[in-house]
Amino acid sequence: MRENKKTAGASRRKTGRRHPLATVALIAIGLGVTGGAYAAVNTSTASAETQIAAQSTIEEGEKLFQANCATCHGMGAAGTDSGPSLIGVGAAAVDFQVGTGRMPMQMNGPQAEEKPVQFTDEQVKALANYVASLGPGPSIPEDHLTNGGGDASNGAELFRINCAMCHNVAGAGGALTEGKFAPALDTVTGVHIYEAMVTGPQNMPVFNDLNISPEDKRDIITYLQYVQDNRSPGGFELGSLGPVAEGLFIWIFGLGAIVALTVWITAKSN
Amino acid sequence: MSTATTPEAPPTTSTAVEKKGGFTAAAANYIDERTSVSTMVKELGRKIFPDHWSFLLGEVALYSFVVILISGSFLTFFFQAAMTPVIYDGSYVPLKGIEMSTAMASTLDISFDIRGGLLMRQVHHWAALLFVASIGLHMMRIFFTGAFRKPRELNWVIGFVLFILAMAEGFTGYSLPDDLLSGNGLRIIDGMVKGIPIVGTWISFLLFGGEFPGEVIVGRLYTLHILLLPAIIVALIALHLLFLVVHKHTQYPGPGRTNMNAVGQPVLPVYAAKAGGFFFIVFGIIMLIASFFTINPIWNYGPYDPSPVSAGTQPDWYIGFADGALRLIPPGLEFVWLDRTWSFNILIPLAALGLFIVLAMIYPFIEAWVTGDKREHHVLDRPRNVPTRTAIGAAGVTFYAGLWAAASSDIIATHFKLTMEGVIHSLQFVVIVGPFIAYFVTKRVCLALQKKDRELVLHGFETGRIVKLPGGEFIEVHEPLTDYERWRLVSYTDYEPLMIRPNSQGRITVGQRLRAGFSRWFFEDRISPVTKTELEAAHGHHDTHHELDEKSAH
Repeated sequence: MRENKKTAGASRRKTGRRHPLATVALIAIGLGVTGGAYAAVNTSTASAETQIAAQSTIEEGEKLFQANCATCHGMGAAGTDSGPSLIGVGAAAVDFQVGTGRMPMQMNGPQAEEKPVQFTDEQVKALANYVASLGPGPSIPEDHLTNGGGDASNGAELFRINCAMCHNVAGAGGALTEGKFAPALDTVTGVHIYEAMVTGPQNMPVFNDLNISPEDKRDIITYLQYVQDNRSPGGFELGSLGPVAEGLFIWIFGLGAIVALTVWITAKSN
Repeated sequence: MSTATTPEAPPTTSTAVEKKGGFTAAAANYIDERTSVSTMVKELGRKIFPDHWSFLLGEVALYSFVVILISGSFLTFFFQAAMTPVIYDGSYVPLKGIEMSTAMASTLDISFDIRGGLLMRQVHHWAALLFVASIGLHMMRIFFTGAFRKPRELNWVIGFVLFILAMAEGFTGYSLPDDLLSGNGLRIIDGMVKGIPIVGTWISFLLFGGEFPGEVIVGRLYTLHILLLPAIIVALIALHLLFLVVHKHTQYPGPGRTNMNAVGQPVLPVYAAKAGGFFFIVFGIIMLIASFFTINPIWNYGPYDPSPVSAGTQPDWYIGFADGALRLIPPGLEFVWLDRTWSFNILIPLAALGLFIVLAMIYPFIEAWVTGDKREHHVLDRPRNVPTRTAIGAAGVTFYAGLWAAASSDIIATHFKLTMEGVIHSLQFVVIVGPFIAYFVTKRVCLALQKKDRELVLHGFETGRIVKLPGGEFIEVHEPLTDYERWRLVSYTDYEPLMIRPNSQGRITVGQRLRAGFSRWFFEDRISPVTKTELEAAHGHHDTHHELDEKSAH
């Protein structure tokens, strides 16, 4: 979980284990790619160059895929008995599943659990590019949709109506049937939240753009980031679990302390 | 005892007293001459309270109730119990511009825009949780020590009614902010009420002033919460304490303690000081908890809207057993008959909980009927000395705890990585079979402890000192108990199963048979306390340090 937060949250918080120049490099790459893509529309020479660059990451992604994923998802991501086909799932699904450490899956179970991320950001991007090249699917969302610049109260309302029945109003997570569960959202980055909504990983339904518009998705992310950044004004949250945690606390620590004090008060002086 | 605050004899002239005692005495005298309060102070000040930590649990409940009253009064200054829709425009960003009821908006204002408001809300809520929890622990102490026996049966009933009223107070208060969590809670209650055949729907409409949720329920709950229920609770607490004074306090068995006396500290001065100080300790602990730990973060829950239900929605802990019963009842118990839906998945939990509550409330009368004991009891039972009652109590606690745990079945499932179905089925087992297991295990443990006590009384402690007698025999030296220790272990009432005897008409009634049956159930397995004869016989041949010399002499 922590590892995941660091790698994925780095672009937003500017802290982490990357080289100080990584941001500059990233911006340079970003600008290069966007500029290149723009140029691709206009001139054919520039287009050829970017295609070569994209082609090389796709090839790298394919190698990674064959080494790490093909056992279950099959050569060419066509799927096997142990794993579904990934043709058409898009870059977003790969970025979410691999970027949160859920894939490669550790073991079969009710659902794939989060664990430390197994690949570097570049490798995740290469894998995503490779899978995206196999068929059209949701792509990794743009930064302005995931940076938390939306309307928190609209997001909160949408979250209560669409998400809280599984993830709990405070995003503390909740139980589903047969050992499945909706995970807590207190450390998930905006990009991953967005990707989860558009791809519906594990047992989560897909919230497509007709269902919740990209702007509404941005608002939901804004709300969740507000909750992540502003801890409870009332003090320790006891896991945001509601009355169960409160009841347990008052019985064990509240009443426990008081019983200890009653013993002290009625103790006979020696 | 004759301090300045307790004038004992009405002085002849006020000037004489002024010279003697100064201002305090004069003031005391002034009040006494007009109210005759000295008789009461004299009576109460000399009231004896035995010292034991478990006797303070009821006080904890009383003190947390005082804290609830103080913090609750603060909250009433700012809370508006109305369901008129308003657009929130306070300090909490993720709710700005959202439509909600006035009740919710004013609770948010208390939390974010009124100085000390959030602290007071948290004090009020934490104190409420502590109030009901301490009542629960206090009741368990009363039950397991048999403090409900004659003459205190009625006080048990009053206390039990207080427990139910406390839960009602808690639930009405929990529903007031009109947030999502409490709205879901109200909806569950509404569903339970509607599950009652024929009258249910009408009761629900009466309660909510029409279809749920309506626009009146918060106002009505507020009246109950701050007017009616507190008034009844205060009156019953007064009665509860009055009975306490009338009956004298119970005491644990020990040397010099009998049903005729009470051994302990007089109220004045030490006990009153201790109790007063203890109030501030309880208050302080509540304040500390409220300062450091969030409770009921309604800003997370948002305003009530019938469409969303959050994962992990539970009531406060004391209503948990009812919620748990609804979660544990298996599906498929609902059918249509006579053109009506019969929701046995609601009726069975309601009936089971009703029966449980009634049985617990009238238990003192059941036990009195079974034992046929009409004597007064002021010396408490050690739980092991009444194995059947202790076992029944353990069974009841297991049943309640199983239901209570079921209210958090989803949280247990996620946090211990279990399947929800597995948790539910295990808790169904705990609730149905658990009480029987608890009953048998507890009873056996009690009997074993009694046997151990008996062994100690007859043979004393093992010292681990092995002595070789001149004849070559090895024996272990036992240290006899002191008289004080022995007293505690042998002085308890021993009941025997009732013999069935014909009544004056020469008939054996069904009631007689039933009672004899119960009596056999209660007292068939028992360990009698050591009698004097047994004790003398044991000591006649036994190897205490002193007797050892005699033995080795012959």
